[in-house]
Amino acid sequence: MLDTKPQRRKPVGYKPGVGSRASRVVNLVGLLALAAVFLIPFYLIVRNALSTTQEITAPEWMWFPTDIQWSNFAELFNDPMVPMARSLWNSTVVAVLTTVGTLFLCTTAGYGLARIPNRFSNHVFYAILATLMIPSAITFVPSFVLVSSLGWVSDLRGLIIPTLFNGFVCFLCRQYFLGFPRELEEAARVDGLGYWGAFWRIVIPNSKGFLAAIGVITFVTSWNAFLWPLVIGRSSDSWTVQVALSTFLTAQTINLPQLFMAAAVAILPLVFVFLFLQRYLVQGVTQSGLKG
Amino acid sequence: MAVTRKSAEPASSAAGAPRRPRRRLFGGRNLAFWYFVGPFLIGLAIFTYIPVGWSAYLSLFDARNTVTPASEDFVGLDNFATMLTDENFRRSLITFTVFALFVVPLTFAASLGLALAVNRVRIMRAFFRSVFFLPFACSYVVASLVWKMSIFTGVRYGMMNTVLEWFGVENIAWLAGNDPPWFWLVIVTLRIWIQCGFYMILFIAALQQIPEQLYEAAYVDGAKPGRQTFWHITMPGLRATSVAVLMLIVIQAYQAFDEFYNLLPNNGNVPYARTPLIYLYNTALGTGQDLGRGSAGALILALLIAIVTLLQGRFLGFGKSEGR
Repeated sequence: MLDTKPQRRKPVGYKPGVGSRASRVVNLVGLLALAAVFLIPFYLIVRNALSTTQEITAPEWMWFPTDIQWSNFAELFNDPMVPMARSLWNSTVVAVLTTVGTLFLCTTAGYGLARIPNRFSNHVFYAILATLMIPSAITFVPSFVLVSSLGWVSDLRGLIIPTLFNGFVCFLCRQYFLGFPRELEEAARVDGLGYWGAFWRIVIPNSKGFLAAIGVITFVTSWNAFLWPLVIGRSSDSWTVQVALSTFLTAQTINLPQLFMAAAVAILPLVFVFLFLQRYLVQGVTQSGLKG
Repeated sequence: MAVTRKSAEPASSAAGAPRRPRRRLFGGRNLAFWYFVGPFLIGLAIFTYIPVGWSAYLSLFDARNTVTPASEDFVGLDNFATMLTDENFRRSLITFTVFALFVVPLTFAASLGLALAVNRVRIMRAFFRSVFFLPFACSYVVASLVWKMSIFTGVRYGMMNTVLEWFGVENIAWLAGNDPPWFWLVIVTLRIWIQCGFYMILFIAALQQIPEQLYEAAYVDGAKPGRQTFWHITMPGLRATSVAVLMLIVIQAYQAFDEFYNLLPNNGNVPYARTPLIYLYNTALGTGQDLGRGSAGALILALLIAIVTLLQGRFLGFGKSEGR
């Protein structure tokens, strides 16, 4: 083998020096090209959001708008036909409360199952596992039946509350707490804390990375959800941003720059999540992919 | 102490582990367990078990526009029979099958390929990982919007048609209809774009678990880098993850709704490409609001996916995520 010594930043899974220099260059160039392709949709959102209709539909492809149309932003929010501000607010409320609620319910339940001996804990655990067999999207008819009899259609309660009791997140929490170092809690118990106290003062503060990972992925999923908000959001007051966008997209007359400005606004929060919390998101994906 | 509790005691101690004698049944440890687990469990019962049970009940009734059908509307298993003999329902399963035949191998190959390439590159690895993962931030609605109104627009100014024009190819109406079925290209590329970064992350995580020494040992034994080590070290090392990823892709494809709804004419309610969920949505919540048949359909679909998952697990070996 040629050069096995300089193993500083060795790519795992591939021995350094494996493959010729040429093949590594090909790999890099290929990746750069692919990366460019992957970014095209984002480029198109930005270009179209800041162009005029004439520029978007011009006979010659225009790579960039001649004048950046910031006014599209104001027009989007002033358009009475599209309840953009309202739907953004709804999405924010739904995603934040869903994340907080899911974290609270699933970590407490997961901790209880992992750490507090009880003769029913296996029964409870199997009752939770059984719900994982069926993808949640398919249960939208049954859930709709229940939510509509509670009178929560077109109501944010209907969007939030039924999604909080996430068996999968609870399962992840249980697995995580099973691996949490017992010594820390025992120290707390010696100091006279009960389960509740130990949980909030010791376990939770020492699980920030895990909570962030689960929280971020819950937030992204909730923000991007479409089917359930569509089922529940029967009136425009309760539309989330995804439902509003979809309505806007399938409308008869379309103002292209406004449509893309709406898309840009809709992905902005998640772009921030990606910029600042990507580490946790990756961790969350890895954790949730753990179980098929 | 109530009698029932007392009688429960010996049974549990007989079955229970050789633990130290229990303290008070309520209070202390038992109470703690219930206030930790209780709220979640109650919610799960109300929002998962009750709806499923209720829906199973509704599936036996002619329940149009109602969730509390009268007893004379009892129809037995008619809803199931209607669903199973319904041409449209069966076609929706065919649509799913066609879709899965495209999406599953392509997404799998794309995400594995990306993971291998990103894992191999020496510079800018974090950048590549972020770029390929970034589409996960896009909802299917946003992606559909871009795909429909900018990339695969059927008119001249769409990006694909612009590119084709440079090569002198006529404009193509990508999403207009089934003849030829260009819409599959639109739908499949969209889903791959959104999903493959997600699975790439899983594959990268798994790749990093494969011990370096295995490769070194293989080279010492004269294995050639590349194909040989890929099939004999890398792929076996990715086995658990591959099974999990395949299952996830299939389950996700089964639930396809968003992009069909937003891309295709008539909100996806077209005979040539109705997915099972689009069909279900229109049956249960469309103009008819036939919750009886919708419930029957939901149960059938849930059963089907459970069977598919189990068979896949049996066939590929259960994804017992070893080595994590």
